[in-house]
Amino acid sequence: MKLPAAFWFLAPALGLIAVFFLLPIAAALLLSLTDFDIYAIGDPSALRWIGLDNYRQVFEHPLFWTALGNTFYFVILGGPLSVGLSLGAALLLNARLTCCRTLFRTIYFLPVVSTLVAVAVVWRALYSPDTGLLNQLLTVFGISPIDWLGDPNFAMPAIILMAAWKNFGFNMIIFIAGLQAIPDRLYEAARLDGAGSFAQFRYITLPQLAPTFLFVALMTMIGYLQLFAEPYVMTQGGPANATLSLVMLMYQEGFRWWNMGFAAALAFVLFVIILAGTLLQLRLQKKSGV
Amino acid sequence: MNSNLRLAIMFVLAALLLPGCTPQPASENRITLDFWAMGSEGEHVQALLPAFALEHPGITVRVQQIPWSAAHEKLLTAHVGGTLPDVFQLGNTWLPEFVALRALAPLDDVLSLDAQADIFSGVLAANRMNGHLYGLPWYVDTRLLFFRADLLQQAGVARAPQTWSEWIEALRQLKARTASAPLILPFSEWQTLIALGLQQKAELLRDDGRYGALAQPAFREAFAFYIRLFQEGLAEVGGELRTGNVYQAFADGRVSMLVSGPWNLGEFARRMPPALREAWATAPLPVPDGTPFPGHSIVGGASLAINAQSQHSEAARALLQFLAAPEQQLEFYRATGDLPVRKSAWSLGNLQQSPRIDAFWQQLQQVQGVPPVPEWERLASLVMRHAERVARGLESQEQALAAMDIEADAMLEKRRWLMERGTP
Repeated sequence: MKLPAAFWFLAPALGLIAVFFLLPIAAALLLSLTDFDIYAIGDPSALRWIGLDNYRQVFEHPLFWTALGNTFYFVILGGPLSVGLSLGAALLLNARLTCCRTLFRTIYFLPVVSTLVAVAVVWRALYSPDTGLLNQLLTVFGISPIDWLGDPNFAMPAIILMAAWKNFGFNMIIFIAGLQAIPDRLYEAARLDGAGSFAQFRYITLPQLAPTFLFVALMTMIGYLQLFAEPYVMTQGGPANATLSLVMLMYQEGFRWWNMGFAAALAFVLFVIILAGTLLQLRLQKKSGV
Repeated sequence: MNSNLRLAIMFVLAALLLPGCTPQPASENRITLDFWAMGSEGEHVQALLPAFALEHPGITVRVQQIPWSAAHEKLLTAHVGGTLPDVFQLGNTWLPEFVALRALAPLDDVLSLDAQADIFSGVLAANRMNGHLYGLPWYVDTRLLFFRADLLQQAGVARAPQTWSEWIEALRQLKARTASAPLILPFSEWQTLIALGLQQKAELLRDDGRYGALAQPAFREAFAFYIRLFQEGLAEVGGELRTGNVYQAFADGRVSMLVSGPWNLGEFARRMPPALREAWATAPLPVPDGTPFPGHSIVGGASLAINAQSQHSEAARALLQFLAAPEQQLEFYRATGDLPVRKSAWSLGNLQQSPRIDAFWQQLQQVQGVPPVPEWERLASLVMRHAERVARGLESQEQALAAMDIEADAMLEKRRWLMERGTP
């Protein structure tokens, strides 16, 4: 059999994907069916094939539901907040009246390219209970200071705020591109028909942005479900595990305690959750006629 | 131009050929030992090595410094990758894990029996597993009270508390004066709660580490006392975050007591303002009422271990013998503040002259290790997770103690299986 020429062009890339992507996934799947841990590193005969037991343990793990709840909390509150911020900023920057658009675009994009650890240090200072800027502002309005990162009720909102601030610039750029692709004649026609600016937004901008919206919402959800770095550098999952995310739990189990089998199973559970979320969102968008 | 070119070519040729000219035989006789040490120990141990080089001219020691925060993961990964150095520093509670990994060479005959008897017995016991010594204690760490003696006196407390009820009373008096929680008790430090448990002679695990024994009366008492410190407002939940810089808080009196280890001797000496230089003191941990003082505290610190796969185990043993000698122990103490494990090093340096260090000496006579199971760090984090939940009122003490045993039993399932099979 003669392989088509295209195969040989694709082969290097496919080969790399197979070796560095598909192979590890397959290995992780096998790993998730064993109880691979430090004992098994010392003595391979201590490795047990335990089938789906890791998956049962995932659901019985005292912290799994906490981590799942925290992750959903982050996605459900942080996702819309971040997308809303991006859209708002994009609309502002796309408006004709705005001056120095490129400057603002750069400024809003800056958090995306700054290092998370540096950002976290600054935000920790902002959130500091005694000397932080945020609490000083609250005091001006007569609200008593909040222990942002030390109080289990406020730690996650604090992380969400920081994450939204750090990430909205990226989606903003995508929204701006989407906005600029909307032909001017549509707005002209609407204006001639007597549509006000809100009606224009509702009946032209939003429907025209729908594909962009779908893309942004999907990518944000997928990214936010994998929340790790923000709580890792800000709170280490605390206080009282209020900011422990699924990926953090996976990291702790896998690399701190070397429960590789369990951690691999958790990774596949997270994969299924992300897949389900994606399918659900695609279905919803399809129903609404995009 | 031409001569420049020729010169350049000569340089290139010389560079290519020269490595071939280096005397080969000498490097065959020389042994290079790789030695990983953590944090400031890694920095200061290098000052001891010239003396070792004089004694053993054939051995070059290459020290690599590893940050404490990454040490555990790095050692594990190095073991899996087969790149563990010949000699490395190992936290005492990690020892069982590395024994389970079969990464350590036994060290039973590195030191003579006399020299072994010179080491604090609790520390030595913590390094012995399955009848073999796997780590050579390097420096010792235990937890005791650091406090502002002047504030305690002003509060009308004559001496450092020696029993739990005296401790509570002293804290109440301190709190009455400053109106803030006087004690700092971070949930990230399991050592304090476990030390309280050891004072109650809690087993922590039962049946040779097969099952959790946390709901048993001994640990229950310790747990209740620990929680009481929070409930009475003597320690604040998350207080360490709120206070920010502990030394600052200690200097201005917001915090006047903490449970900590020897490294803080140096920190306090450095960071207390001159006016308060004499104001702080140390004392052995208070004991449960009606038990002899000083009671037990937890033993920690670090040991030196030899890689089971090392090609240079003779040279590695020589290095360990050198570092374990009382003179080197004392030298190392002077550089780092890490307390020597050998009693003769203490008398050699007259360490007990200082009352602050003497408190450690007294405490060290009564120290005990945690159960030697590879799962220990995980168990400790599980205990602290529940302690935090109870202190925050998210769970009752009874629920927590029961849940702790159930979770511990699940964690130890593999250990039980291996023990049934006969290969712990």
